Amino acid sequence: MATVSFSVNGEVRALKLDTRTTLLDALREHLHLTGTKKGCDHGQCGACTVIVGGQRINSCLTLAVMHEGETVTTIEGLGTPEQMHPMQTAFVKHDGFQCGYCTPGQICSAVAVLDEIKAGIPSHVTGDLNAVPHLTNAELRERMSGNICRCGAYSNIAEAITEIAGRPA
Amino acid sequence: MKFDTPATTNPIDQLKVIGHATSRIEGPLKTTGRATYAYEWHDRAASAAYGYIVGSAIAKGRIASMDLSRAKSAPGIIAIVTAENAGKLGKGNYNTAKLLGGPDIDHYHQAVAVVVAETFEQARAAAQLVKVDYTAAKGSFDLSAGRDGAAKPPGRGDNQADTTVGDFPGAFASAPVQLDATYTTPDQAHAMMEPHASMASWEGDKLTLWTSNQMIAWTTGDVAKTLGLPKENVRLISPFIGGGFGGKLFLRADAVLAALGARAANRPVKVAMQRPLMFNNTTHRPATIQRIRIGAGRDGKITAIGHESWSGNLPEGRPETAVNQTRLLYAGENRMTALRLAMLDLPEGNAMRAPGEAPGMMALEIAMDEMAERLGLDPIEFRARNDTQVDPEHPNRPFSQRQLVECMRIGAERFGWSKRNAEPGKQRDGRWLVGMGVAAAFRNNLLMKSGARVRLDGQGRVTVETDMTDIGTGSYTIIAQTAAEMMGVPLDKVVVRLGDSSFPVSAGSGGQFGANNSTSGVYAACVKLREAVAQKLGFNSAEIAFTDGQVSSGNRSVPLGQAASGGELSAEDSIEYGDLAKTHQQSTFGAHFVELGVDVATAEIRVRRMLAVCAAGRILNPKTARSQVIGAMTMGVGAALMEELAVDKRNGFFVNHDLAGYEVPVHADIPHQDTIFLDETDPMSSPMKAKGIAELGICGVAAALANAIYNATGIRVRDYPITLDKLLDHMPDA
Amino acid sequence: MKPFTYEKANSPAAAASAAAGRSNAKFIAGGTNLLDLMKLEIETPSHLIDVNGLGFDKIEPTSDGGLRIGALVRNTALAADARIRRDYGLLSRALLAGASGQLRNKATTAGNLLQRTRCPYFYDTNQPCNKRNPGSGCAAIGGVTRQHAVIGASDACIATHPSDMAIAMRALDATVQTARPDGSIRDIPIADLHRLPGDTPHLETTLTPGELITSVTLPKLVGGTHIYRKVRDRASYAFALVSVGAIIQRDGTGRVAVGGIAHKPWRVEAAEAEMPHGAKAVAARLLEGASPTKENAFKLSLVERTLGAVLTEAKG
Repeated sequence: MATVSFSVNGEVRALKLDTRTTLLDALREHLHLTGTKKGCDHGQCGACTVIVGGQRINSCLTLAVMHEGETVTTIEGLGTPEQMHPMQTAFVKHDGFQCGYCTPGQICSAVAVLDEIKAGIPSHVTGDLNAVPHLTNAELRERMSGNICRCGAYSNIAEAITEIAGRPA
Repeated sequence: MKFDTPATTNPIDQLKVIGHATSRIEGPLKTTGRATYAYEWHDRAASAAYGYIVGSAIAKGRIASMDLSRAKSAPGIIAIVTAENAGKLGKGNYNTAKLLGGPDIDHYHQAVAVVVAETFEQARAAAQLVKVDYTAAKGSFDLSAGRDGAAKPPGRGDNQADTTVGDFPGAFASAPVQLDATYTTPDQAHAMMEPHASMASWEGDKLTLWTSNQMIAWTTGDVAKTLGLPKENVRLISPFIGGGFGGKLFLRADAVLAALGARAANRPVKVAMQRPLMFNNTTHRPATIQRIRIGAGRDGKITAIGHESWSGNLPEGRPETAVNQTRLLYAGENRMTALRLAMLDLPEGNAMRAPGEAPGMMALEIAMDEMAERLGLDPIEFRARNDTQVDPEHPNRPFSQRQLVECMRIGAERFGWSKRNAEPGKQRDGRWLVGMGVAAAFRNNLLMKSGARVRLDGQGRVTVETDMTDIGTGSYTIIAQTAAEMMGVPLDKVVVRLGDSSFPVSAGSGGQFGANNSTSGVYAACVKLREAVAQKLGFNSAEIAFTDGQVSSGNRSVPLGQAASGGELSAEDSIEYGDLAKTHQQSTFGAHFVELGVDVATAEIRVRRMLAVCAAGRILNPKTARSQVIGAMTMGVGAALMEELAVDKRNGFFVNHDLAGYEVPVHADIPHQDTIFLDETDPMSSPMKAKGIAELGICGVAAALANAIYNATGIRVRDYPITLDKLLDHMPDA
Repeated sequence: MKPFTYEKANSPAAAASAAAGRSNAKFIAGGTNLLDLMKLEIETPSHLIDVNGLGFDKIEPTSDGGLRIGALVRNTALAADARIRRDYGLLSRALLAGASGQLRNKATTAGNLLQRTRCPYFYDTNQPCNKRNPGSGCAAIGGVTRQHAVIGASDACIATHPSDMAIAMRALDATVQTARPDGSIRDIPIADLHRLPGDTPHLETTLTPGELITSVTLPKLVGGTHIYRKVRDRASYAFALVSVGAIIQRDGTGRVAVGGIAHKPWRVEAAEAEMPHGAKAVAARLLEGASPTKENAFKLSLVERTLGAVLTEAKG
């Protein structure tokens, strides 16, 4: 057993955990924040995407004890049904989901992708590595490819993200 | 309510709510992570222990011995359930292989134990300590090797192993233009994002199962049968389901093992099947070998059409009915179809999105493209010349609606089909060879009894309860729209509660029958509720309007809620169907258009544009209907380009049993997708005049891609998935 | 996953001594491959030494005009570094072709080099695998082999190395710096880091027990056109069927390393002499001695065709 404490959605949470506990299971089973989903538990689907220290990661492939003092944002921290994050609203408006299981991961990823583009991080499809990347449809699709949606809402997800990206920050 | 005469004008036709693009009413819950899936009911069973499944290491044979001693002494272990200590178990009506294996093993990764521990980590570790000695037996794992020995499966209803009309052999032999080609489709996985998951809790001999399941009544019955309980002792709760596609139609091992584990542990237990086990443990779409023969005159009219399909399954399993659409889709006086089934010891084959038609159309619609080319006809023109407005096997039986040709023509116009160069391999865009392809879409409309209960409270709020499920299909929303339309209230005055076995039995989600039937059930219950309201409020006239939260007739108008001022009003009814499906063939139609590029050097295939045009009765909610179609198109892209459960034919298992190995499309694979719904209502179908659409959307997509690849490269691949290695040797020099 | 104890190392010396004291300890940094394998008990360390606090997270110029990349620099940070993008575009491109945004945010430079094969038989613990369980046999041979090695394989193992980054590092002639438990440090040319399977496929690198990668150094600018071409069925988030990393000079000379075909990044310097003569000539030398299976023989022509496309692209 080990102890760890980190901030989740603005609240410091101290946990006593089996060292084997992933960040994903710490969130779901110990903090009962089940918005973050377990789709594959092996980094192959993206349903468990959360934002740690401003960067999106797969919470299934990292141990909770490795995040001492860090800042974790989950889907629950982005918004509530009563007060939704603009990205959440856009997903509803554009029907960017169906069964809803990959959705929290898609939304966390989408929020982080816009930040990555703002930060000038290139992608596999960026034409000129030395130029500032822009959010094109191809860029968006490449960057979101770590989030699988078997219901196949991709086309609508792209619409939702494009709408948010087009807004003044 | 018995639906046995064609629908006339009814309150749904007001289209104040129905037919409008409406955002999902459960959307805020899903997008904020507040929708509760099967493994997540912490508030209902806070003390749940964790179950972890052990899967068989062999495909066929027996467990010689099991040694649980090390696992039992591992930290945190509460119980280990195996076939040996589980007590007598039955087998569900809908299961082919038993869900807890041992001593006999029927397929690879069949569950042989569930290890229950205080924590997930403890259960997972102890599961590795379960030692099983197997005596492996020789199995059959190769469909192509089993093809010759394949048997004629028993017929089921209208699905007969052999069908013939006229003189197929004679007509085919004498046809001036012929095609005789064989196509193969691989085993495919549903690969829904939420693993099969269940949480079980016993109170005495009463079981509550929170589970992820498409068909609540079927599965409640099969839980009871498997565990030897009276059905009324089983409660299933499944309000949110993280995808199913047919994979969650049935009781599966997670639910049985959660129940057995909870009984052994004497406390609630939850089990989520680990992803690497899912592909071999659960069901899959079986591979097919399909031979298609088409004979036509030089006028482009089909005179003979024959379709044979071979698939495999475990003993007692059923064939993949890949020939079904060929009995109905095109004209031709001389016809035959045949299904043959090989016994294989691979995991259980069963329904996956559009079973039968999805793989059948993958083959048939390439064949139609090939035949059009032989005839020198545009593929749309060829299909138009062979359109039929009647069931070709029973010409006195018309289609209730059939706008296949309209779908194709409208799609061609929208997609710019006229720009396609019919000569393959001629369109180049930089490093890409570009091609366009088209295919018909076809899927039958199925009618199933479906019930609902509707309640009205004093505030005028309407609550619908039915065991219908929403697996991402949009059931919540279209049911709310139906109730709102019928009761004359705004959408936010409707509460929809689904997926609970204590609610009236519905059609459930499958076979694209969910939307039309479940809303019709709600319609029936609402008709009853309207009567109850009218009676309560003392309206005698037949001319009563339910609008804007008011009930009115003549000059009198009363708030709807007033009918329940003395207590809630409740009405329950089901839709049941007469013979309209016998007198009229009810099907849905569409056309898929695809443009793609094939890299001239590497033969990588990347989709550029997609369009689906659908004629599928009334579209209850264009927004969620579009989602069903684009989702199906996406799965069709997967089927065309990448999805294949790779069989190890020596040891009998699907090798690529995780989401890295079994590739499904990602964002980068899918361009913007267009959909068009033709304005159509089908009064033969139901009072809703709607039909299914979720499976229509996948039928034909893969063939449209295959045909586009041919158009781009001149290479005709008849074996799915069409991966670059099948093109490479035939590609032009880069 | 077997139980393990966990400690955070706060200095290289502490990490080294923690490793030296135990036979079954593992370093963990990004964890994206190690934890994946631990869940399946393919990796079963009894002690994890978290090295994320060691500070190897900088990219610094070297005295001879190259760049030293800290072992803990994340794949995203490395790919996005302006100097890497400008001068070592091949590396940036290779990184960006790998995994997903989420994984690249976690995965480290050293961990990427050390990732293990994606052979499905290696991943299925019911199956024999000489890599996972030495001496048990190789289930992949005679099985489903579309993804497997076509060259440099052995009767014991036909697995491939899955890294994209390593292909670029190999073409760039990077050098791997390590620290050993005894305090010694050494430089390993990237060519010597990964091994072919031979009879000991469980030994994947030339690192010794407890040896920790601390940085990877890129030599001074090599100029030329940098191209990384990854070929796969799925457009993203998939391992390569074949990948070609190339640096091509104006005169047509250059270097090429190939991924997806062998147990290590595949580079044959002698083949590079053929570059001015075109892809066919290069591929012929590069793939000399190849022994593909029926299922993966396509990789031979795929390498040649992909290389051809790369050479064409370099000509602009």
